[in-house]
Amino acid sequence: MMIEQQYIDLFNDYRSEIDANSVAGLNRHRDAAFEAFCRLGFPTSKLEDYKHSDLSRAFDGDLGLNLRNIPIPVDPYEAFKCDVPNLNTNVYFLINDRFYANGHQQAPLPDGVFVGSLQRFSETHPDIFNKHYAKIGDCSANGVVAYNTMFAQDGFVIYVPENVTVDKPLQLINILRGGVDLNVNRRILVIAEKNAHVKLLVCDHTVDEVEFVVTQVAEIVAGRDAQVDFYELEENSVKVKLLNNVFAEQAENSNVTVSTITLHNGFTRNNYRFRLLGEHAEAHIGGLAICDKEQHIDNYAFLEHAVPNCHSNELFKYALQERSTGVFCGRILVDKGAQKTLAYQNNKNLITSEEARIFSKPQLEIYADDVKCSHGLTTGQIDQDALFYLQARGIPEEEARMLLMVAFTQDVVDLVRIEMLQDRLIQLINKRFRGELMRCGNCEVCK
Amino acid sequence: MIEKIVIQKRPQVRKTAVQFVLSPLFNDLYMANLLKITNLHAVVENKEILKGINLEVNKGEIHAIMGPNGSGKSTLASVLAGNPKFEVTRGSVTFNGKELLDMDPADRAKEGIFLSFQYPIEIPGVSMVNFMRAALNEQRKYRGEEQISASNFLKLMRDKRELLGIDSQLVSRSVNEGFSGGEKKRNEIFQMAMLDPTLAILDETDSGLDIDALRIVASGVNALHRPEKATLVITHYQRLLDYIQPDVVHVLYNGKIIKTGGPDLALELEERGYDWLVNP
Repeated sequence: MMIEQQYIDLFNDYRSEIDANSVAGLNRHRDAAFEAFCRLGFPTSKLEDYKHSDLSRAFDGDLGLNLRNIPIPVDPYEAFKCDVPNLNTNVYFLINDRFYANGHQQAPLPDGVFVGSLQRFSETHPDIFNKHYAKIGDCSANGVVAYNTMFAQDGFVIYVPENVTVDKPLQLINILRGGVDLNVNRRILVIAEKNAHVKLLVCDHTVDEVEFVVTQVAEIVAGRDAQVDFYELEENSVKVKLLNNVFAEQAENSNVTVSTITLHNGFTRNNYRFRLLGEHAEAHIGGLAICDKEQHIDNYAFLEHAVPNCHSNELFKYALQERSTGVFCGRILVDKGAQKTLAYQNNKNLITSEEARIFSKPQLEIYADDVKCSHGLTTGQIDQDALFYLQARGIPEEEARMLLMVAFTQDVVDLVRIEMLQDRLIQLINKRFRGELMRCGNCEVCK
Repeated sequence: MIEKIVIQKRPQVRKTAVQFVLSPLFNDLYMANLLKITNLHAVVENKEILKGINLEVNKGEIHAIMGPNGSGKSTLASVLAGNPKFEVTRGSVTFNGKELLDMDPADRAKEGIFLSFQYPIEIPGVSMVNFMRAALNEQRKYRGEEQISASNFLKLMRDKRELLGIDSQLVSRSVNEGFSGGEKKRNEIFQMAMLDPTLAILDETDSGLDIDALRIVASGVNALHRPEKATLVITHYQRLLDYIQPDVVHVLYNGKIIKTGGPDLALELEERGYDWLVNP
């Protein structure tokens, strides 16, 4: 508990300021979170599920926390051009962990839909907020989630009431800014009530060259017949450590697609915790990581089939170059009563250097006896026969490699249900493999 | 019981009038070797497969290479296309006067060599359209030509598709992915039609084709043949040579060409097998 102690002290010393710069709805959860954190601490590599990613080390530095909500002087609408422009979306910003309130005029949303600051939502919709906030994002078993809940002061929320469809995809851009090494604790809450439909794209960008340790807790609640698409695109600097936790709970006949594209990062741990609680619910989880240098990406997916007749599908792909490391653990739990479950898991890895490494572990726990579950795992290099085939038509070796590496990512991109975003992703992936994707290449702030 | 197949000999139409009209000197230049293979040795996994191949192919000619299984036919095709799995230990190959063995596979293709693969590779995630556009533009760039416009490219795709009777659905899919055996072979000749090579090497293009597909593929190959081009047809069977008439037939055995003759040789092989050549 050496590393944890300074954060425990910080929390005790600054509790009143944390509360003063947040709202009652969030403050209400801090005590329980604190108790859990003191018990759990940060996960270390001694825990089986964190064997290859010691998260406690991320906090072993001198990190600042912007607990007093000192404004960061930036107008993101002016300063920031995202890599995924022209999607015809409503665009929202979180600067570090705060919702950027000076939003520009957005296209009107359907009646009853709330998109914006978590703080404000807790005041305008207290019942709904209290029903869902920090509920499925359970503190009691995860030290990072507990830590996040202790310190989180704001965040982003989407609330779509019954029978409402938000046609346009929504886009949330997370910007990391700071003059000193910072710890950022971010929350996202997506509530789709019965038969509500919504699509969200979350883009992560780093603006400043300092170290950032980011914890994120995203909670997705999908009501009966609801459809939620949640896409994350990470383009952070190598100095960012992102500890991400995505929770989803799905009611009957709901459909949730979560796909995370890690285009550029430093150290990333994505935890996915899905619970299929209503029959005929469908979950699709995709992950794509392209890493080089010393980048580290760890995806841990834990999917629980609690009732019969649900369908889940996981596809995680890693393209690892240079000295990068990839970790995948896919745990599927099929409860005793969850008959007729369909659960598929696939992890494919393309390793293009001698030093890159992948650790992969499928983990199926099946207690029902009438299910179809499968997992597949392949790790390999570029297919030499395919390479020669392309060359034999006149495509130079380097170009042929590019084509094959981009092709490797295609089926993860296919999971994305926004066509324009698919096209854009392929372009970005292309640029990434060619080394043309500069960190904040389009960001005015850096120029 | 062996059924005798009577095959009508087709008239030779290969030699163009121009060759007989021009002066002997010019004629010599015109007839200069397109491909010249000299004492070619190649190994794969420490096993010598090609043991001294000598072969000359002139412009306008169609050569057939036949031979029993394991004689080295496909190895020869792979070596000419530059497959890195095979190591050339001795000999030389010139193509259009240039040393071929120094070039990487892509440059060979840009110089005008095309290999129709015996087993075309499936490449999920690379669409036929992107693949062909990339290949065509690389070849055009090499020749100092501009990139093909989108409309011309689509028109070219459509024309060549129709030539080979290929469904438009097929070219909108990933390269060879989920194609039947016949579709893959047809797709090879479609690519050949798109790229219009100087030397086409057809490595058992007939295997896996039904008789109708064989006719379509052969007529495609014939339609693409012109006096300044040449074709090397590798096959086990006379059948393909009914449709693509060779000028010269070679028998490859144990890494060497043991017999060379005219079109009649293929007929003789069909009738007598290889034994009379192998164990004279």
